[in-house]
Amino acid sequence: MSRRFDLLTVYAVVFVIFLYGPMLLMPLFSLNQANFATFPIEGLTLKHYGEMAQNTSMITALKNSLLLGIGVSVTATALGLPAAMAFTRHRVPGSAGLLSFIMLPLVVPSIVLGVALLVILLRVLGVPLSLWTVAAGHLMLCIPFGMTVLMSRLEGFDRSLEEASGDLGATRWSTFRRITLPLAMPGVISSLLLCFIISFDEFVISFFLTGTQNTLPVFLYSQLRFPNRLPGTLALGTLILLGSAILVILAEVLRRRGTPSSNPGEL
Amino acid sequence: MASSHTGRGVALLSPAMLVMVATLAAPLLALIVMSFWTQQGFTIDRSFTLANYWKLIEPGPGVSWMGIHFPLSYPIPAILLLKSLVMSLVATIVVIGVAYPMAYFLAFRVTRNKAMWIILLTIPFWTSYLLRVFSWKIVLGYNGAINSGLMAAGIIDKPLEFLLYNPLAVMITLAHSWIAFAVLPIYVSLEKIDRSLLEAASDLGDSRWKRFRRITLPLSMPGTITATLLVFIPTVGDYVTPSLVGGTGGTMIGSLVQQLFLKQDNAPLGAAVSLVTLLIIAVLVVIFLWAIGYRRIRSRVNG
Repeated sequence: MSRRFDLLTVYAVVFVIFLYGPMLLMPLFSLNQANFATFPIEGLTLKHYGEMAQNTSMITALKNSLLLGIGVSVTATALGLPAAMAFTRHRVPGSAGLLSFIMLPLVVPSIVLGVALLVILLRVLGVPLSLWTVAAGHLMLCIPFGMTVLMSRLEGFDRSLEEASGDLGATRWSTFRRITLPLAMPGVISSLLLCFIISFDEFVISFFLTGTQNTLPVFLYSQLRFPNRLPGTLALGTLILLGSAILVILAEVLRRRGTPSSNPGEL
Repeated sequence: MASSHTGRGVALLSPAMLVMVATLAAPLLALIVMSFWTQQGFTIDRSFTLANYWKLIEPGPGVSWMGIHFPLSYPIPAILLLKSLVMSLVATIVVIGVAYPMAYFLAFRVTRNKAMWIILLTIPFWTSYLLRVFSWKIVLGYNGAINSGLMAAGIIDKPLEFLLYNPLAVMITLAHSWIAFAVLPIYVSLEKIDRSLLEAASDLGDSRWKRFRRITLPLSMPGTITATLLVFIPTVGDYVTPSLVGGTGGTMIGSLVQQLFLKQDNAPLGAAVSLVTLLIIAVLVVIFLWAIGYRRIRSRVNG
């Protein structure tokens, strides 16, 4: 028994090391004194971080991405919550088909989504590309993710609380405000965080839909072609990885806190 | 009552639905329409034609690639599509093979800190895809971690050039990027298995291996199939990985779509290539599900 146990545990540990290994090289080399991502490490320094902080186009791209992430996550969650309630609480004609349609962005390769939006914006509507067009693409990508999180949260708590509130004479709005929304709050917050991360990290759709205003991943991609800018790029990449990891942990912990533990299979 | 109930549901759903129609249904429709137009120099001829689709299958002298002859006058899309499908398939098989034992460990061996393990596996999936792919460039590059590490250790004198910019590098990177994503659905399937079935099998004298083959594996099939599709479908059309670690030898169909839209300025042909790719993926998925008898598997698992 214990021998088999050990073998599988060793496998799991190796798996996690393999999973994180390549990513952890980025923080490691970003601290390297030398200008190349090579061994041996010549000495530790934070100078690349300082150089990066003075790069104005990076700061502009960062601002754009933060603005986009906040706007998109709030909008997607505000649209996703009523939609999730419609699917979990009310009867919607053809709900299975509608739900599959909304979930399409999860399976269609994002390059197809990107070029499809590009076609309608440029060739049909004649809208110039800007942060707004990127926002439209991100919204399409975030609504299904946000709804998945919100629907599993809404299915997870007792409906009789809402019914009781209605029976006791509360209006539909006050039932929503005083019962549904507080109970759905962990889902709302993790939807906000996940949508923010998706938007903040998204590259392919932004790459097609961005005009002159870069988002941070598009800026990063443009930097990857210049070997001499590598150290600064590594520093920036490290900060992005760190920030995303913190947000994901936060979102997962919040989501788990609200989910009943009797349902361990649900993710 | 029922109709007002339905009315409220529709009212709650409509705002999100309107946005999805505007940003997903309409663009896909536009893409379909565009694929029947043609590019004439700098302008687009809006008369209906099948020319773009014909161009993809038009017979010609053709070329040979990997020993397969493509008798087409414009063989690049066909070659890249086949290559993308094969590369994704290999990456998917590797992913499932490596992810399955991890999911098994999570479902049957981890008793404490299960949430921590799951979060540990979830983080990579949610952190920048671009950066995860780029980190492989740091690992495999000419001046990368493997080469400089081996040189510093005195094992090689000059960098190995075959590590980066080839289909293998693309497949390794794809497999690594999607592996954490595949563990979760398999894990969910394994977790749902009624433990008393496993005990019964052991009590009745099945060996560990026989028990796994006859009970655990069949009952975990739905999650494994979901994982297979969740990895295979998006990787076929991936653009980031081939463009960062693929070089000229590792290009995939997504690279061609990007070129047709942004560089060669032939959006109608690009639209046709995208749609044919989607269609072929969909057909392959249907054939796959039919071949393994997905309905039968599902009904068996659900009792």
